[in-house]
Amino acid sequence: MRELMLGNKAAARGLYEAGCCFISSYPGTPSTEITEEAAKYDEIYCEWAPNEKVAMEAAFGACLAGQRAFCGMKHVGLNVAADPLYTMSYTGVNAGLVIGVADDAGMHSSQNEQDSRHHAIAAKVPMLEPSDSAEALYFAKKAYEISETFDTPVLLKMCTRVSHSQSVVELGERVVPVKPYEKNIAKYVMMPGNAKRRHPVVEARTKALTEYAETCDLNRVEMGDTRMGIITSSTSYQYVKEVFGEKVSILKLGMVNPLPVKKILDFAASVERLVVVEELDPVIENHCRALGLEVSGKDVLPICDEFSQNLIAKALGEEVPESRALDVPIPVRPPVMCSGCPHRGLFYTLKKNKCTVLGDIGCYTLGAVAPLNAMEMTLCMGASISALHGFNKAGGPENEGKTVAVIGDSTFMHSGMTGLANVAYNQSNSTVIILDNSITGMTGHQQNPTTGYNLKGDPAGKIDLEALCRAMGFARVRVVDPYDLAACDKAVKEELAAAEPSVIISRRPCALLKYVKHNPPFTVDPEKCVGCKACMQIGCPSISIKNGKARVDETLCVGCGVCSQLCRFGALGGSCGKE
Amino acid sequence: MKTKNIMIVGVGGQGSLLASKMLGHLLLNQGYDVKVSEVHGMSQRGGSVVTYVRYGDSVASPVIDLGEADFIVSFELLEAARWLPYLKKDGQIVTNTQQIDPMPVIIGAAQYPENLTEAMREAGAKVDALDCLSLAQEAGSAKAVNMVLMGRLSHYFDLPEEAWMQSLEAIVPKKFIELNKKAFALGKHA
Repeated sequence: MRELMLGNKAAARGLYEAGCCFISSYPGTPSTEITEEAAKYDEIYCEWAPNEKVAMEAAFGACLAGQRAFCGMKHVGLNVAADPLYTMSYTGVNAGLVIGVADDAGMHSSQNEQDSRHHAIAAKVPMLEPSDSAEALYFAKKAYEISETFDTPVLLKMCTRVSHSQSVVELGERVVPVKPYEKNIAKYVMMPGNAKRRHPVVEARTKALTEYAETCDLNRVEMGDTRMGIITSSTSYQYVKEVFGEKVSILKLGMVNPLPVKKILDFAASVERLVVVEELDPVIENHCRALGLEVSGKDVLPICDEFSQNLIAKALGEEVPESRALDVPIPVRPPVMCSGCPHRGLFYTLKKNKCTVLGDIGCYTLGAVAPLNAMEMTLCMGASISALHGFNKAGGPENEGKTVAVIGDSTFMHSGMTGLANVAYNQSNSTVIILDNSITGMTGHQQNPTTGYNLKGDPAGKIDLEALCRAMGFARVRVVDPYDLAACDKAVKEELAAAEPSVIISRRPCALLKYVKHNPPFTVDPEKCVGCKACMQIGCPSISIKNGKARVDETLCVGCGVCSQLCRFGALGGSCGKE
Repeated sequence: MKTKNIMIVGVGGQGSLLASKMLGHLLLNQGYDVKVSEVHGMSQRGGSVVTYVRYGDSVASPVIDLGEADFIVSFELLEAARWLPYLKKDGQIVTNTQQIDPMPVIIGAAQYPENLTEAMREAGAKVDALDCLSLAQEAGSAKAVNMVLMGRLSHYFDLPEEAWMQSLEAIVPKKFIELNKKAFALGKHA
């Protein structure tokens, strides 16, 4: 059957056809839909783990037990899971183990632009890199074959343009191989004595995989005009085909670690000019240089940001179509917190109290943008709390009295708990705010250990945040409703003033959740509105000033009522609070 | 056939994914190779969003570049102007005239440019501008702007109405089919 399919869905289909039975993942754009789509197959057990490290270790356990397993994550998630990955390279697998990692060149929804291929090289595990949906499906299946043949976990590297593009695929049947678990201490217990014996096995495997790379169908040559030969992979291959069609010769690499040697040397010898077209770091290019080849790459193509057909055309001397633009400046349209976003009231409070806010990863990172500008640091998952501890230990009472960490419920479960344990253990006088909107928001509403539901939406274990914080030793744990500005203000002031560490849980479900009931939109009484713009301080996309008066967009407003609490003239009316 | 390019642009949350889904379905049914590229994650939160739909005998790149779009279908006027550089020399813009202020305009740091439709025409673009929001509301829901736009876009395609309806029915939940068909017709005959 011929079908138009999202790259991530196609990868999920590949997992299904390959007989994958167990998936544990942590959501992260652009990887999330692999697991969400796989969860639609009843034959595959799927779960959201608290973080990528846990997910990978769970998948490892499942492969050990004899089921083909998978875990999925975004590029930065692989850093979190790097610890098990590097040693799983030594233990190898029992049934096949595939790790999906999705890079985000162009940083459409990420905090950095790292190139996951470095992890494959450093961990010495093979990495396959599909260039469209059909390959995502095929490579996912192939990855299991390689995993079991070479006794290694295999990385399946996606990227935004492959993950989030739909292209045509052909579907196949599901086949489920099972390998019973066998006790093997020398292989699976990585203490020094055993690990010493496994390391040479890894090196021999890399040699065998390099041999495999010379002949396998994942790497193919498309000979055309021999004046230029391009080595490329992933979505860059599609751009190259768009620009040149058959006009150049192409070595298309589907396996980017380990890289072939003879295949590349032969290809280089068959063309006049050799060019490597790869996004982000010069991995293939450096490999060519190490082979002694004269090659062009990052001398003409950028390291930063994603590619496109015009970018490659220009860099390689081809014409690009004409373009036009208006003379008037077009204001940018950055993402904003939604109307009714529960984070807004809390951030307004932090801004009003001139707090220094150390932030984290999620929708609430948008608290850093105008007009709130209420966040001064965002690094990686969980860093808000750990960094606050250091910031307060180093700065003393002056910092303690005005600095807070803000972290979402899912991010707190991911890696905020360990930071909080450090606050509790080493006793910094820190004020931590958990923004509990009862969902993993930014990635599109995934459940997490605090929501009480699992990936399939069925009731599940539910971690009680208040009890957890108290169990860690926090005496001051309080819950506020972020729609209530007075309560937020009181809580923030009191907890910052307290002489001991404290946790504020700002709790209200994401306004986009289906079960959340909205109030009717607010309206502005033009008689009362003096156009003071007090309501504009919260950066709500529903409110604007038209002809000197506030105006509420009825199609956007969900009646949260935060704006009306800022109006000293009673001009903003609605039914909020009169449930 | 040489690859044809349709860009769907708008503000995150306006429903452009359903429009691209419908086009993907429609064009695949016509026997074309099709690629559709979407944006997920942070920019969906009220930011400027773009979806690329490409079709032809064999489509390579999943994205559309500057000067390549045969059509820009825009859910919002400023977004049509923002993506204008992507329009092919003789390309066609089909846009909703609705204006949604971006945050820099809301907080007074920037102005929403005036007379954008005229400015785009002066720049040599063919612009079909339509109050899709009113038509969608007339059809029964402000959320049907996407189908008003699809109806309008269907003007420029030599495809039977039946093919469009088949795709509409395939992607719209059953209870909203009539509403969406009405929106499609209002857009088409406006």
